[in-house]
Amino acid sequence: MSDLDFKQLAEKAAADHRRHRRYLLRLVFKKRAALAAAAILSLMVLAAVFAPWIAPYPDQGKGEVNLADRLQPASFNHYLGTDVYGRDMLSRIIYGSRISIFGGLIIVVAAALIGVPLGLLAGYREGIPGAIITRVVELVLSFPAVLLAMGISIVAGAGFATAVIALIIPWWPWYTRLVQGEVISIKHMLYVEAAGMLGYGRVYILFRHLLPNILTPVIVMMLLDFGPAIISIGLLSFLGLGTQPPQADWGLMVWEGAPNILNQWWIAVVPGCAMFILVTAFNLFGDRLKEVLSIDSNQ
Amino acid sequence: MSRACRQAIHASLRERLLNKAIIQLNQVKTHFPYRKNWRGQPAEWLRAVDGVNLDIVAGECLGLVGESGCGKSTLGRSILCMAPVVSGSVLFHGKEIQGLNDAKLRPLRPKMQMVFQDPRASLNPKMTVLQILQEALFICPGFDHRRSLERSAELLDTVDLRPEHLFRYPHEFSGGQQQRICIARALATEPEFIVFDEATSALDVSVQAQVINLMADLQQRLNLTYLFISHDLSIMEQVCHRIAVMYAGRIMEVQRAQALFGSPRHPYTKVLRDALPVADPRQRRELATLPGEVPSLVHPPSGCRFHTRCVYATDVCRDAEPRMSVIDTGNWVRCHHHEHLQANDELKAQPLNRSTEIKETP
Repeated sequence: MSDLDFKQLAEKAAADHRRHRRYLLRLVFKKRAALAAAAILSLMVLAAVFAPWIAPYPDQGKGEVNLADRLQPASFNHYLGTDVYGRDMLSRIIYGSRISIFGGLIIVVAAALIGVPLGLLAGYREGIPGAIITRVVELVLSFPAVLLAMGISIVAGAGFATAVIALIIPWWPWYTRLVQGEVISIKHMLYVEAAGMLGYGRVYILFRHLLPNILTPVIVMMLLDFGPAIISIGLLSFLGLGTQPPQADWGLMVWEGAPNILNQWWIAVVPGCAMFILVTAFNLFGDRLKEVLSIDSNQ
Repeated sequence: MSRACRQAIHASLRERLLNKAIIQLNQVKTHFPYRKNWRGQPAEWLRAVDGVNLDIVAGECLGLVGESGCGKSTLGRSILCMAPVVSGSVLFHGKEIQGLNDAKLRPLRPKMQMVFQDPRASLNPKMTVLQILQEALFICPGFDHRRSLERSAELLDTVDLRPEHLFRYPHEFSGGQQQRICIARALATEPEFIVFDEATSALDVSVQAQVINLMADLQQRLNLTYLFISHDLSIMEQVCHRIAVMYAGRIMEVQRAQALFGSPRHPYTKVLRDALPVADPRQRRELATLPGEVPSLVHPPSGCRFHTRCVYATDVCRDAEPRMSVIDTGNWVRCHHHEHLQANDELKAQPLNRSTEIKETP
C-alpha cells in the first residue's frame, strides 16, 4: 500500500468529519433563539473589542466628565441619554461591556483551569488525594458564593482584579466536582482497561483517555457559567467592591443611577437591561449547544 | 472448524499436555473486599475466584462456562493480572507472573490480550481506529508512524475491514465491526494468548457466527491460544476443544468438548446440558431448570459448592470438599459421586437417597 493511498483515505475521512461538524453547527442555529443569541453575542463582543472606534464619545466612556450635559434623556446626540456627570450612556455601556465580558471570561477560564486538573486527580486517585480534594471542595462550597467573594473583596481591598480573584475562589470547586464525577464514571470503561492491559501507565491513561472524554461537559458548563459570572461581577461592582469610578461597569452604573431612578430612570435601567440581554444570550446559546452535543454523543 | 481438523488437534493436545502448558493456574484465589470494618480494613471478602486449578495448553481453545456472577470474567482478568489475586500462582510459560510489579509485567502484557463483551465500551469514542491500533502498536519496538500505518491496514485486512476504516471513529461502525476492531487491537501486539470475555454475547446471531468463524480462522493461522468465556454452550461446542465448567468461584469439571456434552460427569454440567434446547421438534421435552440461584460468594456453601442445589447431594457433599478426580489427561471432575453417577447411565433415573434436608450453610 502506497503512502499516497493513506493520505487520500485520511483526507476523505477528514472531509466527512468536517461535514458532520458543519451539520452540528447548522443544527445549533436551526433553533431561532440560538441564532438570535449568537448574533447578539457577536455584536456585543465586537463592540467591546472595538469600543474606541464604535463608542460615540470614547473619552466619556473611559470616564471624562461633561457637566454641561447632565441627566439628559435620549436624543440624537446621546442615543441613550447621559448620566449624573453628563457622560454619554451608550459609550459607557460599550466600555462597561468590556469589563463584564472580560471579567466573565477570566473567571470561567481560571475556574476551569484550577478545577479540572484537581477533579481529574480526585476522580482518578480515589484514596487519600481524592478525599482531601473532596473535603476542600465541600468546605469552599459550604459558604454562600457571593458572601465569600464579598468577604474576600473587603479584606483584600476593592477593585476589578480583587473582585475577579474573589469570584474565582468560590467558583472552581464546581468544576472539580463535575470532572470528578465524570472521571469516576468513565475510568472503569473497558477502553481504559484495554490500555492498562497493553501496559500503559496511569499518567498516559489520564491524559490520553480520560481528559478528552470529559472535555465536552466542561465546555458546556463554562458557557453556561458565563451568565452567572457576569452577574456576580456586576453585583460586586454594584456593592462598591469591584470596579471603581470613574471606570465604566454595568453594576457600578446601576448603583450610580439608583438615587435618580424616579426622575432619570434610564441611568439605572439601561445598564441593567444590557446585562439582562447579554446573560440571556449566553444562556440560550449554551443551552442549545448542550442539547446538540448530547444528541451527538448519543450516536 | 471441521470435525476432522478438531480431532487432529485433540490427538496432539494430549501430547502437548504432557509438555508445558502455556498458562498454569494453581489454587488461584481472587477476593474483593466486600464490607469494611470501622478501621477501613476489609472484614468480609467476596470470593469471586476461590481456588482454581487450570492448565491451558498452547494452541487450544479452552471454553469457560458458568452462570452469571460465578467468577468467569474475574478468572480471565486474574490470568492477565488485572484483578487482585490474593493467593495461588499463575504461570505463563512456566514463569510466575502473579505478584509482579507493573514494570516487570510490562514486557509480558503484549503476549496476553483480552477482547471484551461490549465492543462499544472498549473503544475510546474520541480516537480513530488508526489511533486505537497505534496505541497497541507503539508499545512494541520498531514502529514509526509510517510502519504503524501499514501494519494497521494489514490488521484491518486480517479482520475483514478495509483500509479506509482506519480514519473513522468507533461510533461509525456496527457492533460486529466494532468487535472486529477490538480483535484487531488484540492481535496488534502479536499475542500468544487471548481471553475472549463473552466476546460474542452482545452481537446478534448472524454477526456472532461471523466473529466466531474469524476467531477460529485466526487461531489456526496465527497459532493462538484462547480462553473463551461464555454462557452460551451451543457456541462453545462449536469452537472449543476443552470446556471448563465453573460454579460459584470453583471449576467443577474440565472435559473435551464432545465428551462434556456426550457424558457429563458433574451433576451441574448435566443440568447445563439439559437446559440446551434441541433443534428438533420431534424431540420435544421439558427444559431442565435448576431450582435456587447461585450461592453467595461472600458466604459460599461448605463442602461441595453445588450441594445446595444438587439432587444427588448427600452428607459427605456438605461436609467435605470433593477432590479433583482425573478422568483422563487434562480432564477431571470435582464430585464425590461422579463414579456412581457415571454408572447410572441415565442420570435422571433415580436421585440418591438424601439422608437429611440440606440447607444453605452460612
